[in-house]
Amino acid sequence: MRKTILIADDEPNIIAAIEFLLQQDGHEVLTAQNGEQALRLVEARIPDLVLLDVMMPLKSGYEVCKHIRERADWRHIKIVMLSAKGREAEVSKGVSMGADLYVTKPFSTRELMANIKGLLDRSSPPGPT
Amino acid sequence: MLHGTVIILTSFAYLGLLFAIAYYADKRADAGRSVIASPYIYSLSLAVYATAWTFYGSVGRAASDGVGFLPIYIGPTLMIALWWVVLRKILRISKQNRITSLADFIASRYGKSALLGGLVTVIAVVGILPYISLQLKAVSSSFTILVQYPEIIMPTQVGAAPIRQDTALWVALILATFTIAFGTRHLDAAEHHQGMVAAIAFESLVKLLAFLAVGTFVTFGIYGGFGDVFARAAAEPKLRAMLNPLEGVAGSYANWVWLTILSMMAIMFLPRQFQIAVIENVDEKHLNKAIWLFPLYMVAINVFVLPIAFGGLLRFPDGGVDADTFVLTLPMAEKQELLALLVFIGGLSAATGMVIVETIALSTMVCNDLVMPLLLRMRSLRLNERRDLTGLLLGIRRGAIVLILLLGYLYFRLAGEAYALVSTGLISFAAVAQFAPAMLGGIFWKGGTRAGALCGLLAGFAVWFYTLLLPALARSGWLPIGLLEHGPFGIELLKPLQLFGLSGLDQINHAMIWSMIANIGTYVGVSLSVSPSADEHRQASLFVDVFRQIGESGGARFWRGTASVPDLYGLLARFLGSAAADTAFGEYAGAKGLRWPDDRLVADAGLVHHVEVQLAGAIGAASARIMMASVVKEEALTIDEVREILDEASQVVVYSHRLEQKSRELEAATADLREANERLKELDRLKDDFVSTVTHELRTPLTSIRAFTEILLEHPDVEIGQRKRFLGIITKETERLTRLINQVLDLAKIESGKAEWIESPIDLKEVISDTLAAMGQLFRENRITLEARLPERVSPVYADLDRMIQVMLNLLSNAVKFCDRANGRIGVALVERDGCLQVDVRDNGRGISLEDQAAVFNKFRQVGDTLTDKPQGSGLGLHISRQIVEHFGGRMWVESDLGSGACFSFALPAGAAADERVA
Repeated sequence: MRKTILIADDEPNIIAAIEFLLQQDGHEVLTAQNGEQALRLVEARIPDLVLLDVMMPLKSGYEVCKHIRERADWRHIKIVMLSAKGREAEVSKGVSMGADLYVTKPFSTRELMANIKGLLDRSSPPGPT
Repeated sequence: MLHGTVIILTSFAYLGLLFAIAYYADKRADAGRSVIASPYIYSLSLAVYATAWTFYGSVGRAASDGVGFLPIYIGPTLMIALWWVVLRKILRISKQNRITSLADFIASRYGKSALLGGLVTVIAVVGILPYISLQLKAVSSSFTILVQYPEIIMPTQVGAAPIRQDTALWVALILATFTIAFGTRHLDAAEHHQGMVAAIAFESLVKLLAFLAVGTFVTFGIYGGFGDVFARAAAEPKLRAMLNPLEGVAGSYANWVWLTILSMMAIMFLPRQFQIAVIENVDEKHLNKAIWLFPLYMVAINVFVLPIAFGGLLRFPDGGVDADTFVLTLPMAEKQELLALLVFIGGLSAATGMVIVETIALSTMVCNDLVMPLLLRMRSLRLNERRDLTGLLLGIRRGAIVLILLLGYLYFRLAGEAYALVSTGLISFAAVAQFAPAMLGGIFWKGGTRAGALCGLLAGFAVWFYTLLLPALARSGWLPIGLLEHGPFGIELLKPLQLFGLSGLDQINHAMIWSMIANIGTYVGVSLSVSPSADEHRQASLFVDVFRQIGESGGARFWRGTASVPDLYGLLARFLGSAAADTAFGEYAGAKGLRWPDDRLVADAGLVHHVEVQLAGAIGAASARIMMASVVKEEALTIDEVREILDEASQVVVYSHRLEQKSRELEAATADLREANERLKELDRLKDDFVSTVTHELRTPLTSIRAFTEILLEHPDVEIGQRKRFLGIITKETERLTRLINQVLDLAKIESGKAEWIESPIDLKEVISDTLAAMGQLFRENRITLEARLPERVSPVYADLDRMIQVMLNLLSNAVKFCDRANGRIGVALVERDGCLQVDVRDNGRGISLEDQAAVFNKFRQVGDTLTDKPQGSGLGLHISRQIVEHFGGRMWVESDLGSGACFSFALPAGAAADERVA
């Protein structure tokens, strides 16, 4: 099932890698290199899943996450935090912000893809059920 | 106009004004708002030192000896410099022991000896009589002269008056009345005579103003200023000689030295100076200001002495006018009636000030140290049983005042005409100088004993009497003059003016040498050979170690015995009155947390000591001792016990000093530790930040490398173009990783000081051109235009060649990174100015905001164009570059306006400046 996924990271090479993998799985991929650009894309395209780097210029991953979670109509959007900071305090902070998953860089691509797939399967599309 | 009645009325009006001032000051003191609690009043009252002798006599002395009048004022000025050491100690001792006078001080120091106190009193009274007579003489002769106005006739020409018409007698009686009114209002002699001090301070102002007025009149009114007076004096050969201090008639070198020493002693030990400086002092801190104010007064009152003396000598060349009267006769000769009257009042001020304070001080001594101890010992008087002795005490003091002034008058009648004012005064100075060994030895030398002090004083006083007082009486015709010319019984060796054949000296020098040899020699000799009693030992330690005592009642430690509270109270009430006794007991009870009267108050050592000190304040230490013995049963301490107590006390002091020292050291160490700890914490935090940042920077390229490696591993079917791109990324990120690791290691080396620096003179221009050449490819790839402005030749800088290349690479690659993408331009410039070589690297990127400019040199701080893409780099380059430049004594900075590029610059000392740094 084709989903729309946003990758937000200020490292273009990391975007390139994840983008390739998601396209291989047949998803539509949006990319952003800072927090504000990411929020604009969320607003415009309402993706099913967002991958957020924590340390991004203009708006950090935490801030973007918080903004998304403030909107009731975006509650279905899955959020995965990516961070080079792996300490426990960071992880719990990410989770308390409302992220569905916290992934420490460097990560195993296979694991990441499996996790993303799991998250997407659990999600239900918006609208009347 | 200057009729006798006018002068007398003016004088009485002036004395009335003084009394009003004193009355007002006393009222204010009673109301608790003291007017004398000021260092200025204290300093002015100290100027009671300047008497009629100064006022009239300085000019007289200057007219015969030229500048020879000066030592009398140089001495006090020198002594004042030592006050901080000497007087402060005397002050502290006197306050703690409620000392009432000089005699009390000496008696108290040497075991509260009544005998010693009596001897000091006798010496002081006899010694000061000439001085008091001098004041009487000055007032009466100035009056006699002024009354003759407009004629100028010397009193000697008028002839001796019969005793009832003698002005001096009337002056003495009026002053006695006045002094009684001033000085015996309160009984407690240790309390301050605030009214008297205020009046004395006022008198010091009046005499100074009067003297300055006549000085100004003579110098600028009669003559055309200082230059004119001295020029005219220099024109007269006789006067010219006076300007040389060592060639004057009596102005030998020895004279200067002795007079200076004499007056140094006088300012400390004249009874009136001791009274004002010590007894009347209300605050030790007043000393600080007096130390410079008092010498200033001395200077002011001496400025016009020489001009007036020369003016007088020029105006009255035939010698018919006594030089001691120039201050008065010059205005009279110039028909300045008002000024003459002002001078008379000034002289009156100087004389009355001296007489009042001196007689108050002497009468206290006579009462407390001479009469009372005698009366108390006469059991037939049954004084011990009298209920109230306050009236008796006041009576004795008043009687003493009258007696002293009449004795002064007697001396004036007997010997007053034999000497000029100054010489008469010096006789008194020499007498009080006899106190110096016992006083100074007493506060600095614990070895000085009662016997030593007694013998020293007796010996010194005997020599003084023989060499100074006897000749004065002989010259006045009361003793055969042959005594001076051939010695007693014709024994030449004993001639009073050439004792043991010592001749060729001024009379005062002669007397000082012999009396000081006798005094000091005996004092030290006897002190060393007679061992002190327990009392003396205790007092010596209390006085000498006054600054080391803990608590105020140091004396209480030495008492052991039995007493009863009602007995003690009764004793105090008899001498002080019951109101004062209640106050004293209330104070003591209050300190113990009780309210007087209270049955719980016990007559312990503290209370006994307190009562004795209070009593001493009224009747002196020696008398107080005798009285205390009548109501308390004291167990005498042996000398060994006193020593033991002293040793214990001094051990406690030493121990507590050591403890204080240790605790100070501990505090300092704690503070150092705390600081070090803070520093460590800060370093730890920085290290944590660094590690966390480095970790972050390592994880980022690793993430890309791992991701693409896995992609290539798991997707073998990726098309060849894509595969090449992915492998390219992996290579680039690996390089980035390597660079980062290298730079972190490099930084660690620099910061730990382990980096190797090879310093040599290098040509910065070559470094720049080489680096630019090496980077040519990079510039072309990024389509960057390069503008380099390098001079032909520059001075060498001392630096590490490889390090400088590293700096240039950093700055240039930084510039490439941030350059305008489409139309990049980089400017490189090298200039030499002010002994420095400055390198600028300018780009045309978007610039750096002011807030970020300071931060760009921090570790891992990157300020990039984050909207487009993230600049590549470790974030350590600029930081390392700046460290390198600073290592070679230079500095690095950035200038930028947001939107118009940035310019990174550094400057290094070049040529001579660099040589200096290397040297």
